[in-house]
Amino acid sequence: MIRFLERRPIWSIVILLAIAAFLWLIFAAWPAGLEQAIGKKKVFLSAVFNGITLGGLYFLVASGFTLIFGLLRNVNLAHGSLYLLGGYVGYNTIAWTGSWLVGLIVAFAASGLVGIALQVLVFRRMEGQELRQTMVTIGISIVMADLMLWIFGADFYQIMAPKWLAGPLTLPFVTAIKSSGEAVYLSYPIVRLAILAASIVVGLAIWLALNQTRIGMIIRAGVDDREILAATGIPIQHVFVIVFALGAGLAGIAGVVGGTFQSVAPGEDTRFLLASLIVVIVGGVGSIPGAALGAVLVGLAEQLGSVYIPTYAIVVTFLIMVLVLAVRPQGLLARR
Amino acid sequence: MALASDSNRPQAGGAHAGAAPAGAGFADWAQKIHPAAALVAIILLFMPALANSFWLFQIFSWSFILGMIGLSVMFLAGYGGMVSLMQMTVAGVAAYACAIFGVSASPAVNLGWPWWLAAPVALATGTAFGALAGALAVRTDGIYTIMITLAIAAAFFYFTNENYAIFNGHTGINAVAAPHFLGVDWHAAIPFYYLTLAIAAACYFAVLYLSKAPFGLALQGVRDNPRRMAALGFNVTAHRVAAYAFASFLASLGGVLLVWMNGEIAPSTAGVDAAIDILVIAVVGGVTRPIGPFVGALLYAILKAFAIDLLVAVGLNGARFRMLIGLGFLAIVLFSPDGFVGLWARFRAASGAAGKIPGGAGSRDG
Repeated sequence: MIRFLERRPIWSIVILLAIAAFLWLIFAAWPAGLEQAIGKKKVFLSAVFNGITLGGLYFLVASGFTLIFGLLRNVNLAHGSLYLLGGYVGYNTIAWTGSWLVGLIVAFAASGLVGIALQVLVFRRMEGQELRQTMVTIGISIVMADLMLWIFGADFYQIMAPKWLAGPLTLPFVTAIKSSGEAVYLSYPIVRLAILAASIVVGLAIWLALNQTRIGMIIRAGVDDREILAATGIPIQHVFVIVFALGAGLAGIAGVVGGTFQSVAPGEDTRFLLASLIVVIVGGVGSIPGAALGAVLVGLAEQLGSVYIPTYAIVVTFLIMVLVLAVRPQGLLARR
Repeated sequence: MALASDSNRPQAGGAHAGAAPAGAGFADWAQKIHPAAALVAIILLFMPALANSFWLFQIFSWSFILGMIGLSVMFLAGYGGMVSLMQMTVAGVAAYACAIFGVSASPAVNLGWPWWLAAPVALATGTAFGALAGALAVRTDGIYTIMITLAIAAAFFYFTNENYAIFNGHTGINAVAAPHFLGVDWHAAIPFYYLTLAIAAACYFAVLYLSKAPFGLALQGVRDNPRRMAALGFNVTAHRVAAYAFASFLASLGGVLLVWMNGEIAPSTAGVDAAIDILVIAVVGGVTRPIGPFVGALLYAILKAFAIDLLVAVGLNGARFRMLIGLGFLAIVLFSPDGFVGLWARFRAASGAAGKIPGGAGSRDG
């Protein structure tokens, strides 16, 4: 942080000014001229919140993707399929048991098991052939997408949020000042805030596990240099299986969360695969903080874009990717 | 070959495509033509006498077009070592450009230029798009290329799907006029067959020629050892971007022909599934030789046309076409990394009739 300030003073000032302007936009009551120019503050604030919560969802999907990529050098293009599988399994479990949390756990287990099967049955057999492994994941994603279309059909499934998360919550953010001088506050669905909180908790848990535990240390060492780690006698195949199971399971959880947030349907696998790709390209491979930063940037770009420049929203996301590739091709927070 | 051997690729001796002997005369050249290749050429030339218009138009013309787009993947992967998933997107850009600049049924989004102006502009647009996106993709290398090009392909799909001002959204642009010149309706089965055959053959021989030209040899050197090539004074990035530009020109040709054939272009034509199908075509056919993608495309077109009958015949739902594609792709990637032409070469080697396979990047698999 300090080193960045010292090495790039101008960039630091630009970034700090941008953050300050953004914070002012969020917290201040907007003057009338600004509201006339770019619309109501309520719209802006909802878009920002939607963007951040969507970023939370993207983070859940992309954190597993980035860990698998960082450690196994395997671009798991079936990651979107694992997300969709989690969504379908979660929907059916919740319909059957009536408990959202049970659905979450079963989805984690189902996607995690598929992940373990992929690692043990497929990837272990082609160790060190990254390109071929990636090809195989493409084939698997085609087959999985078609299998799920076969079993679950082309319908949209909406997972109902649990009762204790229903309803809106009033947040201490001013959206407007009434003529009487009374401030109007933003009200926002609790379920989305819960998703955001959950992804922050998951993110912190992964970060703590990576930085404070032995297995986390091994995983970080593996991201940095897999060959040397294997040479020190660590049972690296077990680590691979754990990471693959965790990453796939996170995608499964994200499927349930995404199904509550939006819906579960064919084609969502591609959407979330694209989101994971861009998040990881922007954030940097194998970096959990990078995935968090990338996810929030992509989520914000998508939501603000769809409010202020509809039909060109995806271009904004794409431009972020282009910009990062041009300035820092290894990703914003990558270590290498 | 690029897919099977990132790590076990031979490191010695930079480019190993067979260098063409200098000063080969015509007689020499004619002798080198494999009898099987000559036979295939003759059959293709006289195909309209043998096949009905369904086969000519829906199977052969379509597989020539898909083969051209697959050839651009093969060129990048086989000679450049870069697996690009966006070549279908490049074709889509050219197809959209052809529809937007040319004549179509959506007056809001087309300029109504004549075909001889619209088609070259479309080719230039597609090539420029591919070169720019390629310049982006070569910022990183290896496995990253797949991610970046897939992201570009997916972003293009979502953009065209949502944008109505330029791309007419989900419905796309239809009733795109195919050209009508020299008194021939080029959308009719037989003229279109010869048109696609001629262009596909030109693309095939261009790739074959380029693979042995200095640029192609340097590109293969860059594939095998970029650091050594850089040390020798070659501009690695420029070679890679130029490879993207050339490959994108091939894909753009395919895209323009595709929009003429279908008469329409919609987001799903260049969607993620289509992008992956092109990769499947190139890999299943084989990315070590330029003929591979055409073999793959022919298999794909036949499978697409007859998969329903086949699936119903074995007692499955006819809608499971994509599963068939996925399983076929998995089988090839798992068991024959150099694709269908690799299988064929190995079969010939095993049956003792091992001759030099005409053209291509030499037989690395021995």
